[in-house]
Amino acid sequence: MVHLKEKLLSSFIAFENQKDIDSYVHGIRTKAIKNFEKEGFPTKKLENWKYTSLKKTLNHDYKLFPSTTEALEFKDIKDFLIDDIESYKIIFVDGKYCSHLSETTHDGMDICILSSALSQSKYDLVIENYFDKISKKDGITSLNTAFSSEGSYIHIPKNVQVDKPIQIVYFSTGKNESVLYQPRNLIIVDENSHVEIIERHQSLSENSTLVNSVSEIYCNQRSIVQHYKIQDDNKNASLIDNTFISQQRNSDYTLHTFSFGGELTRNNLSIFQNDERIESTIKGITIIGENQHVDHNTLIHHKKPNCNSYQDYKSIFGENSVGVFNGQVLVEKEAQKTNAFQANNNVLISDKATINTKPQLEIFADDVKCSHGCTVGQLDKNALFYMRSRGIPEKEATALLMYGFANKVLSSVNIPEVKTRINNIIASKLGVKMGFDI
Amino acid sequence: MLKIKNLHAQVEDKDILKGIDLEIKAGEIHAIMGPNGSGKSTLASVITGKEEYEMTEGKILFDDEDLDEVSPEERAHKGIFMSFQYPIEIPGITTTNFIKTAINETRKAKGENDMPAKDMLKMLREKCDLLDIDQKFLSRSINDGFSGGEKKRNEIFQMAMLEPKLAILDETDSGLDIDALKIVANGVNKLKNEDNAVMVITHYQRLLDYIVPDYVHVLFDGKIVKSGGKELAFELEKKGYDWIKEGIK
Repeated sequence: MVHLKEKLLSSFIAFENQKDIDSYVHGIRTKAIKNFEKEGFPTKKLENWKYTSLKKTLNHDYKLFPSTTEALEFKDIKDFLIDDIESYKIIFVDGKYCSHLSETTHDGMDICILSSALSQSKYDLVIENYFDKISKKDGITSLNTAFSSEGSYIHIPKNVQVDKPIQIVYFSTGKNESVLYQPRNLIIVDENSHVEIIERHQSLSENSTLVNSVSEIYCNQRSIVQHYKIQDDNKNASLIDNTFISQQRNSDYTLHTFSFGGELTRNNLSIFQNDERIESTIKGITIIGENQHVDHNTLIHHKKPNCNSYQDYKSIFGENSVGVFNGQVLVEKEAQKTNAFQANNNVLISDKATINTKPQLEIFADDVKCSHGCTVGQLDKNALFYMRSRGIPEKEATALLMYGFANKVLSSVNIPEVKTRINNIIASKLGVKMGFDI
Repeated sequence: MLKIKNLHAQVEDKDILKGIDLEIKAGEIHAIMGPNGSGKSTLASVITGKEEYEMTEGKILFDDEDLDEVSPEERAHKGIFMSFQYPIEIPGITTTNFIKTAINETRKAKGENDMPAKDMLKMLREKCDLLDIDQKFLSRSINDGFSGGEKKRNEIFQMAMLEPKLAILDETDSGLDIDALKIVANGVNKLKNEDNAVMVITHYQRLLDYIVPDYVHVLFDGKIVKSGGKELAFELEKKGYDWIKEGIK
C-alpha cells in the first residue's frame, strides 16, 4: 500500500509538468496531492471504512497510466451499452476519449469531455465556479483531484429538456497490465432543465483494474436529474465511486445504483441539500456472490427546511460475499419539516455471506419525520414451497422470490430499456432464464 | 388416480399419520373431516411433497406412479394442486406473472413451448369471469394485503388456470363469510368434471353444502376411523366429533 502511495506521489510532478502549470486547476491539483500525501489511502481504522479493507485491492502493481490503448469497435462495447435507445454517448477507452464510439454535442448544451473544458478559456468561469467545490477532501477523493484530467463534462443550460439519455462509459482493455484509472465527471444542470444519465465502468480484461472515480453533480433550481449507475464488472475489477451532489431549491435528483460486482465496489455518495423544497431519492439493488464485496456509504445532508429524502437499498448476498451499508442522514437545526426515509433490506442466501448495516441518523431539528429500517433475512421457506407446489422449480422459484424482494427499486426507473437490461442481468445473476417483466 | 396405502408420516420426529388407506378415482369428490390435530393438513402436505414432512411407511401412488422422492414441482406438473389453508403473501410478484411462470414451467417440464401470450390473456380473462374476479386484482402482488376471502379466491383462480387432475382444498372455508364461500364453492363446482378429482379437507360441514362429496372420511389421531357417503357429514355436524371418539374407545 505504501508502495502505491509513493509511486503516485513521485509520478505527480511528471504528470503535472505535461499540463499548463499556470492554470487555475494546477493550484487545485497541487493542493490535492499534498492532501493525499497527508491522508493517504483509507484504512479500517477510519469509522467509515471499518468494514471495507482496501489492503488487497491496493496490493497490485498498478500502472498509473496505461501504456497502450486498444482500438475498440462498436461490436466490442455494444453489450455494455443500453444499445436499443437513442442516446448521447461519452465513451472512454483506457482513460482516453474515444470519439468514433461517442456521440457528443455542443449544440445548445455541452455534452463533451473534461479535458477540453479544462484547457479552453471559454470554460474558465464554469471551472472556477464548479470544479472541486463539493468533492470531499479525504485521501481518496484528493488523489483523484490531483490526477484529474479526463472524464465527462456536461453542462445543460437553463430550460433544456435533454432529448435523450446520456451514457458515460469507461472501458479498460489492459491486455498485459494492471491499471489504476481516475476518471472525473463534472455535471452541471441549470434551472428548469432535465437530464437522464447512465454511467458504467467496464473492464474488458482479466487483469486487475482499480477505478477511483469522482463525479460532481450540480442540480440547480427546479432541475430534474435522473442518474443510473450500472456496476456489473468482471471479477478482477474494483471500483471506488465517489459521487457528490449539490442541490438547489426545488430540484429533484434520483439515483439508482445497480451493483452486481466486481471484486470490490465502494460507493461513496454525498448529497447536499442547500435550499428548500428539494427532493433526493437514492435507491439500489445489489446482488453478489463468490468473494465479492459491495459497500454503500451514503450521506444525505439536510440543511434547509421542507425537503424530502428517500433511500431504499435492497441487497442479496450469496456464497462468501460481503455487503456493507452505512447510511448517514444529517438534519441540521434549521432543516425543519424534513421528511427523511431510509430502508435497507438484505437477504443472505448463504451461511457464509455477511452484511454489515448501519443506519446513522443525526437529527438536530425538532419538527421532522425521519424513519429508518434495516432488515436481514433469509429465504422464506414457506413461500418457496408455495411456489414449487404450483409447478415452479426450486431454482426458478428462488429467483422469482429474490426478484420480488428487489423489484420495488425498479418501479422508479423511467427508461424501460434500462429496466429490461437490469431484469436480464438479475436473471443471469440468479442463474435462470426468465423474463421478469409484468 | 390417487392411491394411498398404509401411510405413516412424521413431523420433527413426531408421528402424525399412523396408517392411512385411501383411494380417489377420477370424477370423485372426497371430503376429509376430523377434529383439530387429527392430521388433516399433514395428509395434504405429504401428498404435495412438503419437505418437513417425512413419510416413514407406506406408499402414495398417483396415476400408479410412486410419489416417493418426487419433488413438489414435479407433483404439480403431474397434476396435483393444493389450495393452501394459509396462502402465502409474496410481495413484488404479481398474480399474473406468478401464474404465467407456473403454467410455462409446467409446459416446459412436459417438453412443450411457452403458452402464446394471446392464449394466456384469453385464459386469464375467462377464468376471471368464471370466478367473478376483477382483472385488476391480477396486477397486485400475490396475496399481499389481500383479505381472507380474496386469498382463497386467488387460490381457486390459480387452480382454474392450472387445471389440475387432483385438487386438494385445505380448509378452504376457514376465514370465509357465506358469500365468499359460495363464490369459491361455485368456482370449484364449475371446474369439476369426469376427469379430475377433488379432496376437500374441512372441519365443518357447511362447505359440503356447496361442494357435495361422494365420500366422507373421518380422520382421527392419524387414522381414517370412519368412511361413508355425504350423510356422514350431517351426522358429524349433529353429534360432534365426540361421537367418533367414543365410538373408538
